[in-house]
Amino acid sequence: MSLSSFKFLPFALSAALLLGGCGGEGGSTRTLLNVSYDPTRELYQEFNEAFVKHWEAETGERVQVTQSHGGSGSQARSVIDGLQADVVTLALAYDIDAIAERTSKIPADWESKLPDNSSPYTSTIVFLVRKGNPLNIQDWDDLAKPGVGVITPNPKSSGGARWNYLAAWGYAIKQPGATEASARDFVQALYKNVLVLDSGARGSTTTFVQRGIGDVLISWENEAFLALNELGPDQLEIVVPSVSILAEPPVAVVEANAEAKGQADLARAYLEYLYSAEGQSIAAKNYYRPRHPELAGAEDVARFPQLELFTIREVFGSWGEAQRTHFDDGGVFDQIYGL
Amino acid sequence: MSATPMRKPGSQSRYERNPATSEKPWVKYTILGLGLGYFALFILMPLIAVFYEALRRGWGPYFSAIVHPDAMAAIKLTLTVAAISVPLNLVFGVAAAWLIAKFEFRGKQLLLTMIDLPFSVSPVIVGLMYVLLFGANGWFGVWLAEHGFRIIFALPGILLATIFVTFPFVARELIPLMQAQGKDEEEAAVVLGASGWQVFWHVTLPNIKWALLYGVILSNARAMGEFGAVSVVSGKIRGATNTLPLQVEILYNEYNFAAAFAVASLLALLALVTLVIKTWVEHRAHGRDVVVSPERPLPPAATVQPALEKVA
Repeated sequence: MSLSSFKFLPFALSAALLLGGCGGEGGSTRTLLNVSYDPTRELYQEFNEAFVKHWEAETGERVQVTQSHGGSGSQARSVIDGLQADVVTLALAYDIDAIAERTSKIPADWESKLPDNSSPYTSTIVFLVRKGNPLNIQDWDDLAKPGVGVITPNPKSSGGARWNYLAAWGYAIKQPGATEASARDFVQALYKNVLVLDSGARGSTTTFVQRGIGDVLISWENEAFLALNELGPDQLEIVVPSVSILAEPPVAVVEANAEAKGQADLARAYLEYLYSAEGQSIAAKNYYRPRHPELAGAEDVARFPQLELFTIREVFGSWGEAQRTHFDDGGVFDQIYGL
Repeated sequence: MSATPMRKPGSQSRYERNPATSEKPWVKYTILGLGLGYFALFILMPLIAVFYEALRRGWGPYFSAIVHPDAMAAIKLTLTVAAISVPLNLVFGVAAAWLIAKFEFRGKQLLLTMIDLPFSVSPVIVGLMYVLLFGANGWFGVWLAEHGFRIIFALPGILLATIFVTFPFVARELIPLMQAQGKDEEEAAVVLGASGWQVFWHVTLPNIKWALLYGVILSNARAMGEFGAVSVVSGKIRGATNTLPLQVEILYNEYNFAAAFAVASLLALLALVTLVIKTWVEHRAHGRDVVVSPERPLPPAATVQPALEKVA
């Protein structure tokens, strides 16, 4: 190494500054950014391809869709902090409400902009157990029995975990003669059995499946199917409880961002396409329950077991209320888990 | 690699022959065995595991994982970030070390402490700091948005975070060496009529170049491997703002274990290449300086060497 190589420094530096300066620019193709939560990776990978083809056939324009995945809450946080999402497809309405409230980039009435409360597909909460179901787990009350190792993520940080918690609570409150107090005791007994409280749904699945910890994983139905598929039906099986919650992962256009980039039309068309026959079939194929099963593949739809589903509105009033009562600091979850 | 006179290999010194000043064989081998075992368990095995897992399904899936557009984008971004942050740290590191080692001024201690700050602050906090400064709701967020600048969730944010966490490496490497060398040679050069730049290019730089290179290598390794700080400011946009370490996490979370380990092995390879370059540089530095300046009793490399061995 001779000294002369150091003389290139000024050039390297100015090149670096130049590069840094134009770092934010994109090309000429319109690029849509979909900010989503963890378990939708496979779904949107397939859907984006289909949408790009559909859009080109329809308009002749070649567009690009990029994805960002993470915990639902932290993804919402990133959008609030300025991540330039054109659309958000998150785990729960509360997270989109948070963006609407804090940035006004999404109109407050976003839920009514698209059909079915802006949830083109739904899911529910089921159990994943080891092959042969050695502990004979059939329903929610089996999870609260002593000696059962339960894996579920932390409801403070994970959207999926909140659905898990609310499903358990809903089951308890629907039992004959149940009261708030009995539901609380049940949920407390269940969370006493939790071995690992991961920060996100994918983390919990990996803990249960890869690391082999616990007897039962409370999980999104789509996530359970996926784990079964990816990691071996010879090791795991799905148990469907008698009653569970209808999970409605919502979608919305981040109007201010999409308009600033001149692609509000594209963003809207993208979300609307989720309701089309192709969108619904792709959802069903990726183990999300389509809103319009008649549009999706019959054998895909047949995989979803029938069970009694309740909505968050029926049992908890709204996401806002459920959040305040159960998950805010000092709420019911803190009280029962702190003990 | 020391300046002591060479001995014939195999010959023993008086101290080594004397039973009173040498270790018993079992003590020697136990200590040696412990060291090697520790190295094998904590460094060698994980390294082998990465390559084993990456190649478990053969070379085909390995290469297809690496040439996947998202992985290529991650490689490009990682190299870009390193190519920008390392030269910047080189310039500022040399400037800071020069200032601290050769001049007396008020606030010197404060500057020294500030240089160490990135070592003591958790990388996640570093990321959050930049979000608080440049995020949409941050101090400069509104102004930046109005003027169309994007810092967070884009290349500039990733750069800032990387520069912050890699800042101390060059300066920390140089300061002890420059302080030990003192300023006699520079003063002599100035007395003989050299200008500031001449002193720097012909006196200071040749004295520090190997330590400087070592700092650059360390700084580069960290720049490519940083996860925490970058993950906070990245926005995790596939094919756009994911660096190699983030890509590894994404693939792992997608049950794509073979691809995750393939990309991880790429990072490990980069580290190994870095090590080889470092060893080669040290080797060359030593051999060359001895040949080029035989009249000097102590070649510069010999004074650099203790500093290198201390950190190595």
